[in-house]
Amino acid sequence: MALTGLFLCVFLIGHLAGNLQLLKDGVEAKRAFNEYAHFMGTNIFIKVLSYLTYISILFHAIDGILLTVQNKKARPVKYAYEKPNTNSKWYSRSMAVLGTLILIFIVLHMQHFWYKMKVSSAPMALHTENMYQPRMVSQGVIEDTVVKVYYTTNGSYVPVSEVTVKGKEFYNNTEEQIKQIQNQYDPNYQPKGQNPKIGEGYKDLHSVVYAFFGHNKSDEGVTATDKTGLSANKYALPFVILYVVSMAVLAFHLMHGFASAFQSLGLNHRRYNKLIKITGTAFAIIVPLLFAIIPVVIYLTK
Amino acid sequence: MKLTLKIWRQKDRNDKGKIETYPIDNVSEHMSFLEMMDVLNEQLISEGKEPVAFDHDCREGICGMCSMFINGEAHGPDRGVTTCQLHMRKFNDGDTIYVEPFRAKGFPVIKDLVVDRTAFDRIQHAGGFISVNTSGNTQDANAIPIPKNDADKAFDAATCIGCGACVATCKNASAMLFVSAKVSQFALLPQGKVEAQQRVLNMVEQMDKEGFGNCTNTGACEIECPKGISLENIARMNREFLKAAVTAE
Repeated sequence: MALTGLFLCVFLIGHLAGNLQLLKDGVEAKRAFNEYAHFMGTNIFIKVLSYLTYISILFHAIDGILLTVQNKKARPVKYAYEKPNTNSKWYSRSMAVLGTLILIFIVLHMQHFWYKMKVSSAPMALHTENMYQPRMVSQGVIEDTVVKVYYTTNGSYVPVSEVTVKGKEFYNNTEEQIKQIQNQYDPNYQPKGQNPKIGEGYKDLHSVVYAFFGHNKSDEGVTATDKTGLSANKYALPFVILYVVSMAVLAFHLMHGFASAFQSLGLNHRRYNKLIKITGTAFAIIVPLLFAIIPVVIYLTK
Repeated sequence: MKLTLKIWRQKDRNDKGKIETYPIDNVSEHMSFLEMMDVLNEQLISEGKEPVAFDHDCREGICGMCSMFINGEAHGPDRGVTTCQLHMRKFNDGDTIYVEPFRAKGFPVIKDLVVDRTAFDRIQHAGGFISVNTSGNTQDANAIPIPKNDADKAFDAATCIGCGACVATCKNASAMLFVSAKVSQFALLPQGKVEAQQRVLNMVEQMDKEGFGNCTNTGACEIECPKGISLENIARMNREFLKAAVTAE
């Protein structure tokens, strides 16, 4: 419990560092975040860490359940009258319940974001930006026109209207264009092999999060009618509340868990006990608080 | 003082047992809790009823026999005392007091408030000893230099009277505080080094065999312990155990 718990504390810091980037909105911030999400999803070192995290969560939960079952068996006949508050904190006695709530939250949370990002076969919105192209409207009058473009992983831009998208890959010709070529030259022409892939886009996790917690329907780049299928979440408020409450649950779990892990590992020393206790309390308050601020800010501003 | 006592009555190990209510009058606030129980038993005997069975021996807080869970706390509401040192002035006139036996799978109830704590003896037998040369040239313990700090900590751990309040209080009925005190009193001293590895492994194994729960560090045991055994000992035992588990051959 202690080792996996402390590893998960480290995971929380990493996760929080990523999430805090969501507090920034705007083209640059959106691009930076989506690039970061792409890096996190593809880097081999991060992949190893992510599997370690899944294993830790599972082991922490299973070990917790086994220990709880043993502990319940250790007192077959309950006391008729108990006064546990006189000698211990309620959250230190409720780690199993708090942990179960957190596990439920993790499942929901992974379904909200992780599943969409990594597993689901449904196409996910890709990162788009607006580009301004000068165009001569009439003699001597030049106007900027807005062109929506995908930003590719190799740093180039491709106009949304000129490519077909499969998953997150861009293909040069639309099927319409292939048909045109066929009609023009040779009705039996079949393009050799695959339609050439010209690049890959970034999954737009930033907009997914903003649409999830934002309650206003219209958003720059992301509207209800956007073909990416993103629209503001009708249930944004209940979800924001769910996330904030879950973070409060996490805070109490950590309030006991952080220092408890050190004790279980035998790391108890008169010189450092106070430091561990203070660090644990600070960690338990600051980390969940910062996590909880993000959906609230998005809800209030979007 | 006038009190209402709600006491666990159980004929023998196999009986299901239940709480019985006894009113008691003329309780002096200077009485110890056990003296109040004596008065109750006198009263029950004169009424022709079976007196309440409870453990007691020295009645001065050092034997660790009196094992009552009073009003939701091991040894009652006072701190740093056993039941025999708990005085009735800690209660108010008209109070209802619940008196139950220590509850744990490792402490089966024998009768009423008396529990079988031989599990603790078996844990001690598993490793709570040191090897001493008794062939006539035994070394004087004082001849071995021991840092004052270590000696103090070993002594503090050794003040554990094995009463079982830690088990009774723990929400998991864990015996870690007791076992860790017994491990620590030797682990801190050179005399204990010889069997150190095997001691901690064997005692922990026996503890688990007896059906005590696991430590989740709620800290309740340290607060309810009549001898103020510190949680530091549990950490020390965890340390000793991890070391031994990794390196023992």
